[in-house]
Amino acid sequence: MKKTGIKRRTFGALTAGAVVAASGTAATTPAARAADGKVLKFVQNGNMTILDPIWTTAYVTRTHGYFIYDTLFSMDANNAVQPQMVDKYEVSADKTLWTFTLRDGLAWHDGSPVTSEDCIPSIQRWGKRDAMGLKLMDFVKEFKAVNAKTFTMQLKEPYGLVLESLGKPSSNVPFMMPKKIAETDAFKQIDSQMGSGPFIYVNAESKPGEKHVYVKNAKYKPRSEAPTGLAGGKVVKVDRVEIIEMPDPQQQVNAIVAGEIDLIEQPPHDLLPIMKADKGVQLVDWNPLGQQFVYRMNHLVPPFNNPKIRHAALLCIAQEEYLKATVGEPEYYKVSSAAFISGTPNAFDAPDGLFVKPNYEKAKALLKEAGYDGTPVVLMQSTTLPVLTNTAPVTKAQLEKGGFKVDMQSMDWQTLVTRRTKKEPANQGGWNVFHTFTVAADILNPISNTYMVAQGDKSWFGWPTDPEIEKLRDAYSKETDPVKAKQMALAVQNRAIETAQYGWIGQWYGPGVARKNIKGWLKAPVPVMWNVEKA
Amino acid sequence: MFDFIARRLIAIIPVLAVVAIFVFLMLRLTPGDPAAVIAGDNATSDQIAMIREKLGLDLPIWQQFAIWIGNMLHGNLGESFFFKKTVVELIEQRLEPTLALSICTLVISVFTAVPLGVLAAYRQGSWVDRVVMGISVLGFSMPTFVIGYILIYIFAIDLGWLPVQGYVRIGVDFWQFLERMILPSITLAIVYIALLARITRASILEVLNEDYIRTARAKGLSTRVVLMRHALRNAAVPILTVIGIGIALLIGGAVVTESVYGLPGLGRLTVEAVLSRDFPTIQAVILMFSVVYVVINLLIDISYTLFDPRIRY
Repeated sequence: MKKTGIKRRTFGALTAGAVVAASGTAATTPAARAADGKVLKFVQNGNMTILDPIWTTAYVTRTHGYFIYDTLFSMDANNAVQPQMVDKYEVSADKTLWTFTLRDGLAWHDGSPVTSEDCIPSIQRWGKRDAMGLKLMDFVKEFKAVNAKTFTMQLKEPYGLVLESLGKPSSNVPFMMPKKIAETDAFKQIDSQMGSGPFIYVNAESKPGEKHVYVKNAKYKPRSEAPTGLAGGKVVKVDRVEIIEMPDPQQQVNAIVAGEIDLIEQPPHDLLPIMKADKGVQLVDWNPLGQQFVYRMNHLVPPFNNPKIRHAALLCIAQEEYLKATVGEPEYYKVSSAAFISGTPNAFDAPDGLFVKPNYEKAKALLKEAGYDGTPVVLMQSTTLPVLTNTAPVTKAQLEKGGFKVDMQSMDWQTLVTRRTKKEPANQGGWNVFHTFTVAADILNPISNTYMVAQGDKSWFGWPTDPEIEKLRDAYSKETDPVKAKQMALAVQNRAIETAQYGWIGQWYGPGVARKNIKGWLKAPVPVMWNVEKA
Repeated sequence: MFDFIARRLIAIIPVLAVVAIFVFLMLRLTPGDPAAVIAGDNATSDQIAMIREKLGLDLPIWQQFAIWIGNMLHGNLGESFFFKKTVVELIEQRLEPTLALSICTLVISVFTAVPLGVLAAYRQGSWVDRVVMGISVLGFSMPTFVIGYILIYIFAIDLGWLPVQGYVRIGVDFWQFLERMILPSITLAIVYIALLARITRASILEVLNEDYIRTARAKGLSTRVVLMRHALRNAAVPILTVIGIGIALLIGGAVVTESVYGLPGLGRLTVEAVLSRDFPTIQAVILMFSVVYVVINLLIDISYTLFDPRIRY
């Protein structure tokens, strides 16, 4: 039976439209009238349930980390790594001994000084969880505290990504924590929220599911440089930030129009035209690098255990179809065949129009050559993350045009993330292909890009094994000459295409929304609240 | 009476046991791994396995069940997988908004629906009856979120009289608390009013044809006394039954209403816990709702004796 009726989301969008139409003359609500000018109310994409940015890679927790912790290095607006807590650093002539000296005035929220003894276990804990951290630790022979402000990192051999690792912008970020906290098992959640960052977490006022409260760390000594990206001086210009937990996008729109909140991290694309039309709010392109959609195949089970069949699947990809179906407006997406993000140093177009222009005939020929027996490809579709929901139907249509049979199975995201851990054949509860997306800042080079890892069981879901690409990644990591490193990044991308390791199906952008009286939201891969002013 | 109450309270134990087993098995047998959710999208299988081990999710199901039941018998409902808080603390934090919403909704519903139902019955077939029944059909047919958005648009955005969202605890500022309770309570009450008004009307109509009503009228009692003292009191049992059943409706409606108005209550906690597969929290919240449901039904059963002297336990 055909079901008819208005969907909740559609209705919400309609009412939100009406809300905007009325807002020009709307009186501000009592809550808005009562709002303190020095309090920022910010809504993130999703609820924050975990407060340990090393224990989880959840982006909301990473953002929380930037509020209360500081980093040794940070990435600036030009994607270059700059010292942050570090005053100066030196590297020996043989490039194996790194010496870091902390800048003056660094203190934990309880007033005690930040020392080398704190930084070493912080790096070590992060190095047990993060992909770049794990790689860095492969090269580290030992850390040594020279004095309270200086410590060394002795490498077994030169490593080209020391600064990129310590200045990694997104999950997991190597945040510095007090020694006692940093010594917590990396697979256990920390108990304390004490950092040395520009904000202090107010545990007593924070209520998970309701709000998280941060106050300005008055004793924080920002760097003297102007803020740029995540680097430079972290000058806090409000007294307090409240992260309001508001899961319903329509409710977010209503609340910002009514002046009850000040900023929304990234509302869904279908609500952006409504926000654009409102005179009281502005769209802010705070994350110019954006995100990239990922096309992940399972290398362990048929049919994608056959590289020719994987390659046939990649030949079916037409990025723009995905981007139109998911994002819609061309101003919020970019067709790009570069694995390491268009517009960044390691960006190279894929050959022969791969990912941009599909070649269904070639795909069919490859399938025939590979002996594809018509077994349906099990495609997992997430129905609960709006931006991902439409990716799977596009894949189904494209694969079918290329001669595949496809069994698209719909499920919520949490079911998908559980099922993707299963290595059984697709018809026994396993899977063949699914989609996700990643913050572009996480995949700017072959080491931080998790999807490029091809170490079998140690790889990300799909478990590709390819010693050749691992050799190339290893060579890239050891290369200290940026020009040569760039060529190696290209070699890694080419190898990933050659083995059809995974697919990248387009870059997209999601601006934030702020009230018109908000200024200074920095362009960075993470929504940070220092430098933000409320008039 | 005390025997009855004692028997009913004892009967809660097997009910809870069945609910506990059902909820536990349902969570373990349906897809979804809290460790995968905790680890986030960039984690590898190995990292997820490590987290699963730390949470005890790698143990056989019977062992996990035994640990959980053992802890519960010692009064320990467990710790949330996500928040570094015990489930009891989480429930305590979220109880007030849901309790406030439920009480306000019940008060608005009963004090609106019962008079409307009585009036509709008294004026059966008149325009008053048709309007009341028409509105109740409309109220019953409209999804809660639609009502919520319409009310927000009119009263919060257009007129600016009330806030769009949020909750202020009663102890912090009573007037702000009240300001934030009005729209959610009305939203949730509309469905409930519709249901209750229809039942009240039907029950009153039934008793209005009884001999004792005719006798009361023949004695010269006023319409108000006939309706309120004789008719309504005798029609109360089915109305109370519906109020009891409506508690379940209220719990379900609270989930949606709390989401639309950003109330940090138990409804939203339940949704968040289900979406993130926070097993200890889901188990505890469902058990708590079961206890509440059973206790409210017990109270409703006891209250029958106040309205109908023929009922004795």
